[in-house]
Order: sequence, then structure tokens, then C-alpha cells
Amino acid sequence: MPEPHEPAEGAIAGTGAGGAMDLAASEATTLTPGGPEGGPGGTGAAAPARSLWSDAWRDLRRNPIFIISGLIILFLVVISLWPSLIASGDPLDCDLANAQKGSSPGHPFGFNGQGCDVYTRTVYGARASVTVGVCATLGVAVLGSVLGGLAGFFGGVWDAILSRITDIFFAIPVVLGGLVLLSVVTSNTVWPVIGFMVLLGWPQLSRIARGSVITAKQNDYVQAARALGASNSRMLLRHIAPNAVAPVIVVATIALGTYISLEATLSYLGVGLKPPTVSWGIDISAASQYIRNAPHMLLWPAGALAVTVLAFIMLGDAVRDALDPKLR
Amino acid sequence: MANTASKLLEVRDLHVEFRTRDGVAKAVNGVDYGVDAGETLAVLGESGSGKSVTAQAIMGILDIPPGRITSGEILFQGQDLLKLKEDERRKIRGAGMAMIFQDALSSLNPVLSVGDQLGEMFVVHRGMSRKDARAKSVELMDRVRIPAAKERVTQYPHQFSGGMRQRIMIAMAMALEPSLIIADEPTTALDVTVQAQVMDLLAELQRELNMGLILITHDLGVVADVADTIAVMYAGRIVEKAPVHEIYKAPAHPYTKGLLESIPRLDQKGQDLFAIKGLPPNLMNIPPGCAFNPRCPMAQDVCRTDVPPLATVTYEGLTAERRSACHFWKETLRG
Amino acid sequence: MGRYVIRRLLQMIPVFFGATLLIFLMVNVMGDPIAGLCGDRKCDPATAAQLKKEFGLDKPVWQQYATYMGNVFTGDFGTAFNGQKVTELMSSAFPVTLRLTLVAIVFEIVIGISLGVLTGLRRGKPVDTVVLLLTLVVISIPTFVTGLLLQLLLGVEWGVIKPSVSSEATVDELIVPGLVLASVSLAYVTRLTRTSIAENRRADYVRTAVAKGLPRRRVITKHLLRNSLIPVVTFIGTDVGALMGGAIVTERIFNIHGVGFQLYQGILRQSTQTVVGFVTVLVLVFLLANLIVDLLYAVLDPRIRYA
Repeated sequence: MPEPHEPAEGAIAGTGAGGAMDLAASEATTLTPGGPEGGPGGTGAAAPARSLWSDAWRDLRRNPIFIISGLIILFLVVISLWPSLIASGDPLDCDLANAQKGSSPGHPFGFNGQGCDVYTRTVYGARASVTVGVCATLGVAVLGSVLGGLAGFFGGVWDAILSRITDIFFAIPVVLGGLVLLSVVTSNTVWPVIGFMVLLGWPQLSRIARGSVITAKQNDYVQAARALGASNSRMLLRHIAPNAVAPVIVVATIALGTYISLEATLSYLGVGLKPPTVSWGIDISAASQYIRNAPHMLLWPAGALAVTVLAFIMLGDAVRDALDPKLR
Repeated sequence: MANTASKLLEVRDLHVEFRTRDGVAKAVNGVDYGVDAGETLAVLGESGSGKSVTAQAIMGILDIPPGRITSGEILFQGQDLLKLKEDERRKIRGAGMAMIFQDALSSLNPVLSVGDQLGEMFVVHRGMSRKDARAKSVELMDRVRIPAAKERVTQYPHQFSGGMRQRIMIAMAMALEPSLIIADEPTTALDVTVQAQVMDLLAELQRELNMGLILITHDLGVVADVADTIAVMYAGRIVEKAPVHEIYKAPAHPYTKGLLESIPRLDQKGQDLFAIKGLPPNLMNIPPGCAFNPRCPMAQDVCRTDVPPLATVTYEGLTAERRSACHFWKETLRG
Repeated sequence: MGRYVIRRLLQMIPVFFGATLLIFLMVNVMGDPIAGLCGDRKCDPATAAQLKKEFGLDKPVWQQYATYMGNVFTGDFGTAFNGQKVTELMSSAFPVTLRLTLVAIVFEIVIGISLGVLTGLRRGKPVDTVVLLLTLVVISIPTFVTGLLLQLLLGVEWGVIKPSVSSEATVDELIVPGLVLASVSLAYVTRLTRTSIAENRRADYVRTAVAKGLPRRRVITKHLLRNSLIPVVTFIGTDVGALMGGAIVTERIFNIHGVGFQLYQGILRQSTQTVVGFVTVLVLVFLLANLIVDLLYAVLDPRIRYA
């Protein structure tokens, strides 16, 4: 008898997150870890996972979408570590005399409302966005998969409690939570924003992790390992985790893009990152006041942000397609 | 093939291939077979032998692309189906010929009641009202001996047992009393005890309505009871075609022989089971000559170069037509 | 069925109290609930103490929460910073946001599902690739940027719409804001429908429907769509709650005086009663939408049995 709550869960999973993370949740639920190779016997339990990954890797290497998005992300990581590689100016060196000017030699993207060089700021803005995205995703993935994985594995009371807690978090709209929590923050570092994202983001991944652990647990070879008397920790680490981790990685990759987008939205609402931090979100929201006269100030950072988010979503998509044997 | 014109269905030199990312798979490579009204033709072969693909081509339900019919004719009541427009073909499907699939659970729509799915045949093909169609559905379910048909007509496929579901598939195929039924492994997914009941029902209805039946199977046990003629397929070709009793007496192709010897028999208890050596051929790279040659115990040089024609087999006492695509059918017959 | 509904309703109770308590704590612990009460200045300590006593803010937080919830269940949501009853604000704000959400949902259903069916049936063809890329672009651009750009182009440059919505917020004024609000979900609906259609298109029962000689149109609408839309319908259902809560950005761009606007004002002025009151209603809407979706699921998919 299927629990009626289960099938709908994929769709429900992301909605509390303001819709921004639904894609990952709703589509990733079709992922079946282990796939057709799942479970040749109790002994080589890590083998199905390994062949799933090597199959996926073979697919990915041939996938142009994976290569393009991978290169974009690599480029972003490099310029967020060493922005001076491609931008010689100082993002905080601004001259009000240049405010809102269009493009000119040496300043291809023009100047913003404060007279700062838009190109330099766009390059330097990558660091904050990538930091927020990566750190928030890592936090969410670790917290979510540990809590969700344990709940899925042990079931019972802990599972019931955790499920209700995730329900509670899902019921609170993300942007709203951000407004309430971050409106009183005065720190101008990236950490409050990251902390908030982890706090409201982990339930999404814990649901995914819980679901895939429950699926993996039902595999024949896991049952066999249990029958042979494998200990709980051994089962979880050696037999279940390698098979359950695929959907978590896919959802986390896609979520990374949406966190970057969420940072910009929070900045637009005035509760995200704060100057003098240089971020796309800050620049976009500052530029939105001048959009009628000088749209270039908005388009460049917004374009950079969109390309970044797009790259992570496409990467996640490509990985999911490669891992999903049904679509082959 | 003297009385070709009167055959209900006649497949001639059919070729089907599938274009995939890894290459072209030649699934059907020149199949000829036919079936008359009231006759049962059993098509036998391993998975990948092309038996199901041929059936799908006859029904017109091949996935195109990647599938493609490259040449051949499918004559149904004298009409070449491959020359018809899609809409004309559609009208024949269900009304003129119908198909029974292997897995009734996945082949029935899970979210529609069985009554809706049965009644749909009458609504679409006969233009009946929903109410009349519902009454017809109950009648059909009675006919395939589903108990309490009137109450169960509103139930969904998952509420029926495997055997009952397959009866519904049969009822659906019989609905418009077509002249040809293609049953693709109709009992494979069922419990052994239920298999015989379903097979008996199918045979009984076939007799009643005088339908042609193409029974696709890999189960030789099923075949012996109901079939008139057997066609054995291998690598997209027919390798042997014979009246059912002749083939059991003495196969004229080493592959058929291997199939027959691999059935466990009570009178040979204790002996090792025979198994055909090797693997079925890769359809993207079928061996030259006779496709069976790498696995054949009798293979000679000629088998590796020349494709054997489907030659007429003759011997004393043989009254019906019999064919074999083996260079050494005489030797095989002798044993 | 009845027992299942009761069980679900019981499960909703802790979630409801948990979520409202969470928001209550956030607002109270993070902010200073009386900060907005003395106008723009900071309250002097004596007034502050008096105000705190008046609002019961000197009591422990859990007691405040209990008192607040007690009032809510008698229909008293308290008073906003400007002295208006919160229920009054709600009765003006919720109809506006509800209209906006409905417009957005209509867009999701009409455009999202149509595009999803179109691309799912033509997977790998040029139209599929183009639509798929478009959905990715829509998802990648933050909603507020999409909104600002549409407002600039349609409202300012081409003058097709009024850039800001009047206080009546009629449906025709809400068409473009509704599209903006729907945009990301719309892209998800398209992709979800596409995936679902493409997955089911090769299903055995679709092959059976073709073999029965049904016209292509009937195969698609009656057999393929009926199965493929189950996940889509549940997505759209749960999206109702998410859209209402997520309308803050859209309402800010187009100056719509709905729930998001009131919440934004409430947060800026740290009006605890407004924020907690509105969120309480939003949480209720979200939970009810989820319950309805779960029940709908059983109607759409007879294989689901409620135990």
C-alpha cells in the first residue's frame, strides 16, 4: 500500500522555497539510484554505484551541455579567486563625475550610479555570489543529507519528528523568512545570508536524502547484507550512501544556482549583502532605480548572474540525465 | 504457397531496422509468413529474434523513428497495409486485427476503469453511446468469464488479479470480433496454473469466431497444444516453418533442435539439460552466412559464407508444406 | 478516506503551531517589537517599558505566543503599527493577492501545460530545444529582474500597460504582474509536463491505445495526458501557497497593495502583529492547499489508496 503522501512529495518538496528550488525537487524524484545494474548480490555492494557513476561519467564527457556549463563554472571559480586576472581596476574606486555614463574606451560596460566601473564591479561581484552559492549549498547538503539520511535509515519516531520539522520549514515562504530574519542584521559579511539559506534550505535536501535512502534500503543486495548481519554503520556507509547520494548531488547542484539568484532577490529587498561588499545582487538592485535612464547598469550584472545560475542548472540537468537510466 | 490469395494475412519479405546512436540494428531481415482464418500460427524464438517487431509492424504500432520498415509487404485480406494512409490503417487496428500484450498490468491504462477501456472500442469504432458501450463491456467481461462483471466493470486494472487482467486484455482484443488476433507472449507473465486457463479461453474464442491467431511465444509447451503451424525465428529470419506435429517428431533446423532439447522432460530425469551454446547474435552485427553458424554444432564452411534459403523440406509421409533455412536440413532431420 | 483526512488534519496541527511559533520567535527575538511605535525616533526607556507592559511584552515569549494564538482563534489578529486592525489590512490585501495568484495559476496551466505537451511530444526537435532553452533562461533570471524589465518595456517604453497597478488592482491590471509572478513556476510546469509526457509516451498502455485503433488525438488527451498530468496538477496545487507567500517581490515592483506589500511594510516597521498575523494565514493557506492536493491525487490516480 503506497503511503498517499509519498508520490506527491516530489512536487510538494520545493514549494516552501518560494518556487525557486522546485525544479530540482520535482524532477529529481524520478532518479533511481543503482539503476538497472542495481544489486548483483550481497558481496560487491559498492559495485553498482561505481558502475552507475562510471557510466554517467562516460555519458557526461560526450555531452556538450555538460562541457559548456562546466567550463563556465570553472571560469567563474577562477575569477572569483583571482578577479584581478581579467580586471585591472578597483571596484571601489568610483568617481561621481562618471555616474551613469555609457561605455567608453577602457570602460566597456560604462559606469554605475555611483560612477564605479561596471565591468570591474561585475568581475569582482562573482566572488560574493559564488561564495554564497557554494557555502550555502555545502551547508544545506551536509546538514540535509545527514539528517534526512539518518531519518530514512532508522525510520520510526525520529523519522516522524524530522518529517514534521521539515513540514514546518516548508510552510514558511523563503523570501518572507529572509526578510524577517535578515532585516535586523547589520553585519556586512556574507555569513548571515549563508546561515539563513542553510537554515531554510536544509529541509529540501533532507527530504530528497530521506527518500533515496529509503529506496536504496529496499534494494535486494542491501536486504541481503542485512540478512548476513552487516552492522548499521557499515550498511549505511558502504551499501546505502553510495547509491543514495546521486539525487542529493543533482538537487544540490541545481539548488546552488537558485541560492545565487536568491541572494540577488534578498539584496533587491534590502536585506541581502550590504556594501562595501561587491555583489551582483547589490549592483542589480542599486541599478534598478536608474533602469529607465541607464539600463546598462542593470543588464551587465544581471546577465552575469543569469549565466551563472544557468550554468549550474544545466550542469545539474546534465548530471541527472546521465544518472537516470530511464532516459537513456 | 499455392493458395496465397486466400490467406487472411500474408507477410512478404519484411525488413525492419532500428537506427540508434550506436548503429543500425537489423531486427527483421526478410520474414515471410501467413495465417488463415481459423488457423493458429505460433512464432517461436528467443528475445531479439524479431518475432515481436514483426508483430508490431503488422499492427502498425512500431516506434517510428527509431524503427523503420525498409521493404516488404503486409497483405491483410488482400490489401497491402504498408500502402494505406495512417487513418485507414487506424480503422483496421482494433476492428480488423487486434493485439494482446504480455504484461496486462502495464498495458492497461492505470487511471481508467476497465469498463471505460473496453467501452472505448465501441465508442470510437462503432460510434455507440457511452451507455450502450458500458452494457457491451459487461457482456464482454461475462464472455471471458470474469465473475461479477456488472460490479467489476467500474474497477481499475490494479484491482484485478493477473489472470483476470489478461482476460480483460483478451476481451478488449475480441471486442469488435476482428478476423486476426496477435497475441504477444499472452501467458508469460502469469502463474503456471493460470496460464492454461487463459490459453484455453483464447483458443476457445478463436474457434468460436473463426479468427486467425498469431501466437508469439518462447514457450514450446504452450505451442504444442494450440498451434497448427510453427514458425521459428532467429536473428530476424524464419529458420524453420512446419506443421506442429512434424516439428516435434523431427526438427529440420539445428536451432529448432536445440530449442526442443532444452525443454526439461520427465522421462529424462537425472540427465543434464541441453543448452544452446553461445549468445544470441548482435543485431547490429549479424554474422555473415547463416546467422546461427557460431552456435551451431553442425556448422561447415558454407554456413559461414552463404545465407541458406528457406528451402522446401520433403520426405515420405509429409503431406503439408514444410521449410527449413539450413544447408544441412536433411542431415538434421536424420538426427 | 474520512479517516485519512482526519489523520492529515491532525498532522497539520503541529506543523501549523510550529511554523507560526517559528515566525513569532523570529520576529520577537530578532527585532524590537516596539521600535516602530514611537514614530521614527527611538522610544525613551520609560515609554518603552510602559508600552511593553501594555502589549504584554514583559512576559516570557511562550506566554506571549499563547496569548497571541488565543486571540487569533477568537478572530483578533491585533493592531498594526498605524493603529489599523490587522484583520482590516487582511481584508483589503488578501483579495488582491488572491486575484494575482489566480492570474498566475491560469498562466501556469494554460501556457505551461501547452508548452510541456508540445515539447514532450516533440522531444529532441527544434521546437523542444528552443522552448527548453527559454525555460532555462526564465529560471535563471531572478524574478525581480524579469519584472523590472517587463515593466520598463511594456509599461514605460511601449506604453502597453500602466507601470504601476491602481489600488483596485483589477484583473486586467494584474495580467503582466501575474505573468511575472508565474514566470519561474511556469517554466517548471513546462519542464515537468515535458518530462512526464516524454516518459509516459513510450508506456505500454499508450501502445495499447494505439493498437486499439484510437485516433491520435484521443490517445494523447485521454490516455497520455490523463496519466502525465498527475504530477503537474499536484505541483500547481502546492504552488498556490508558495505563490501567495512569494508575491512580495512582484507586488513591490508593480506597487500592488496586497499581502506582500503589507508584510513588507510590517517588517520594515517591525510590526509583530501584522507580520505574524499575515504569516499565520499564509501558513494555513499553504497547509490547506497541500491537503487538497493530496486528496486530489487519489481522485486522479485510483492506485493510491488511503489507509
